[in-house]
Amino acid sequence: MEISKGTVVRTLAVILVVAAFTAGAFAQAPPVKIGLLATLEGPFAAGGQDGMRGAELAVRQRNGVVAGRKIEIVKASSDAKPDVAVNATRKLVEQDKVDIMVGPLSGSEGIAVKEYSKTQPNTTFINGSSGAQATTLSSPSPNFFRFNTDGGQWMVGVGKAALDKGYKRVMVIAEDYAFPYSQVQGFMTEYCKLGGKVPVKAWVPLGGKDYASVIARIPKDVDALAVVLGGADAVNFLNQYEQAGGDKPLIGGSITVSQDILNYKGKRRDSLVGTIAGSPIADAYEAPEFKAFVADYKKNFPDGYPSPSLFALVYYINMKATLDGLDLVKGDLSDGQKKYRDALSKMTLKTPVGDVKLDANRQAIGTTFITEVVKDAQGNLHNRVLKKIDNVNQTLGMSPAEFKIGSRDEPNCP
Amino acid sequence: MSAANWRGAMNVEPRAHGAPARAVPARAAGAPPTARPRFKNPVRVRHLLVLAFLLAYPWFSTPFFTYQIGAQALALGLIALSLTFLGGFGGMISLAQMTVAGIAGYMVAIFGTAATDGVSLGWPWWLAVLIGIVLATGAAAFIGWLSVRTEGIYTIMITLAIGVAFYYLVLQNYAIFNGFQGEQKVFPPTLGGIYWRDPTPFYYLTLFWALAGYLFVVYLLRSPFGIALQGIRDNPRRMHALGFNVTAHRVTAYAIAGAIAAVGGVLFTWYNGLVTPGSVGTSWLINILIIAVLGGMRHPVGAFLGAIVFVLLQNFAIDVFDRERFNLVIGVVFLVIVLFSRDGLLGWWSALSVRLSTHRGETRWRSARGRLYAR
Repeated sequence: MEISKGTVVRTLAVILVVAAFTAGAFAQAPPVKIGLLATLEGPFAAGGQDGMRGAELAVRQRNGVVAGRKIEIVKASSDAKPDVAVNATRKLVEQDKVDIMVGPLSGSEGIAVKEYSKTQPNTTFINGSSGAQATTLSSPSPNFFRFNTDGGQWMVGVGKAALDKGYKRVMVIAEDYAFPYSQVQGFMTEYCKLGGKVPVKAWVPLGGKDYASVIARIPKDVDALAVVLGGADAVNFLNQYEQAGGDKPLIGGSITVSQDILNYKGKRRDSLVGTIAGSPIADAYEAPEFKAFVADYKKNFPDGYPSPSLFALVYYINMKATLDGLDLVKGDLSDGQKKYRDALSKMTLKTPVGDVKLDANRQAIGTTFITEVVKDAQGNLHNRVLKKIDNVNQTLGMSPAEFKIGSRDEPNCP
Repeated sequence: MSAANWRGAMNVEPRAHGAPARAVPARAAGAPPTARPRFKNPVRVRHLLVLAFLLAYPWFSTPFFTYQIGAQALALGLIALSLTFLGGFGGMISLAQMTVAGIAGYMVAIFGTAATDGVSLGWPWWLAVLIGIVLATGAAAFIGWLSVRTEGIYTIMITLAIGVAFYYLVLQNYAIFNGFQGEQKVFPPTLGGIYWRDPTPFYYLTLFWALAGYLFVVYLLRSPFGIALQGIRDNPRRMHALGFNVTAHRVTAYAIAGAIAAVGGVLFTWYNGLVTPGSVGTSWLINILIIAVLGGMRHPVGAFLGAIVFVLLQNFAIDVFDRERFNLVIGVVFLVIVLFSRDGLLGWWSALSVRLSTHRGETRWRSARGRLYAR
């Protein structure tokens, strides 16, 4: 058999390439695989996309390497439905064999993924941006960590701010699932205690398109509407309320006035000015850490929003916690990730909005902002900081016995 | 309609010429005919190979592939099988098959155990499952009774309307269906020391019912009832003229398909561990149609082929096209299959087998005759 020169050259080249790859692999510790789940479909598609940006930003800030180990991100998508979220998570954990799982985005998804995490003790689960109280408050999972505060914590102080504005009677319009329950609970607990009244609560389905029946039910004698809707739902409601000639001032949930909503183009947009809300993020927060975060976000994602949304910040915080924890243990995930989990439980996380510590249920104790929507010189809407409240814990300062998880009927003050 | 008349309608034995229908001795519906020439033993080597593969599957695949791919595809395939039976052999495209499956799932949660306080009655699981399947079958018969007098696109419209109506019912009813959150933590029982939601046991559970459903449909299509149903599909007026009760056949077909969908629905609810309005929303109603069309409606096996492709795409499209637009991949694959094959994946298979057998020197006619359900 004749061996041509070309064959020899090709063979040598292949050997060289293979050798280079093997050498490279030996020189570096194996990569850490991190699963990243957000909603790229359904009502929170826009928020999910921005959440992904936030998580990616945390990875890019470390140039994709922690303690000598490369970070490999495997993405998955859901549509805010718990069964879809669990299917996507199961694929990441069991098929793609990720070491650490970051996600999901939405409240009911969080509860379902937490339940699933109990069946996978060798994987560490870190929340994305889901904010239902029950996720970490009732039957918490030993390997599920949440470095963001929950929907109830985000609304602390809004009740008082609403009364200060003179809203004595308020109608609640909220989506009908775990996260808005938490938000309404956070708002009403304080509001009712201080003497406010909520005569009507309207629970609408997530992803609902028609709000005519809800708008028709708004009583004449309420001073304001507490609207806890997110994503496309909030935009739909605002448009229809505008068309119906509504003029009541609004109190927003945390994701009602998030950056992705403030950027929508409807006429009713201007009437959002003056809306108060509670949130873990405030666009106009002046701290240098936050300004640096916003600048970094803008630099990395020119196609993103003018200012990062709540989802971007919260995914960033959780991904940063994931990577900081890895750094603390020098990338050591052995022994069922025990050291890593200990480090996560004990560390004080530096975030753009202040320090975060975990409680015994692995739930964040952190900062809440009371904000008010204002319009800047360029015509962009922003959230101005009315007040900053530090160290908000999950039971909102109450004793665990006194504290009740929010639901359709809890709390109640007609 | 009298009972004797109804049984007469179900009886498709050739009647004596001139004898009025009422004079024919009544016979139980579906009883095996005696005088009909039997098919040759239809079991082939490839059937045994597929069966061996299915039985051995959990032993060489990961728990993920056993549960999320295998068991899910079988459960979805069973629901799609009910549509293949109705649509492919009865000529009635019903979009409400997932509704029927959802009714069964909801009933299991309501009569059995679920996480919601004050909704579930906590009856034993076997009773809850039985009630679920019976009620869902009844609901399917009702849907059939409402829609059999329509044809083609009107059947699709009326079943879609029923499906959407049920979706809004469960979405807005809190006393029984618990609204948007639906029924959570609906799990199969622990029986004989085995937790039936573990991947391997659950896989065998779905495999058993998928096989049972498949064999039942294959048997039924060769029975007098099935032959009559296919006759009605092809020419209802002529069948009517021959003395068959077209409406009764169609309603019965709906009820049978409902029972199959109900079993699939219970399995799918157990698979997810929950049943919510999202499980019976329009996207799922249409997904079942996609699965059936994708696989091909000419043979019952098409439903399962379609389900496998569907589940694989749902899980792995995001890896192929790792961006926000991975749904595009799913859509393109569906389009390609439907555009380039008249009958889904089965159409490709039969085109291939015709080509191969003509290569072997057989005539097209013989190889086509080998296929049982050629139209």
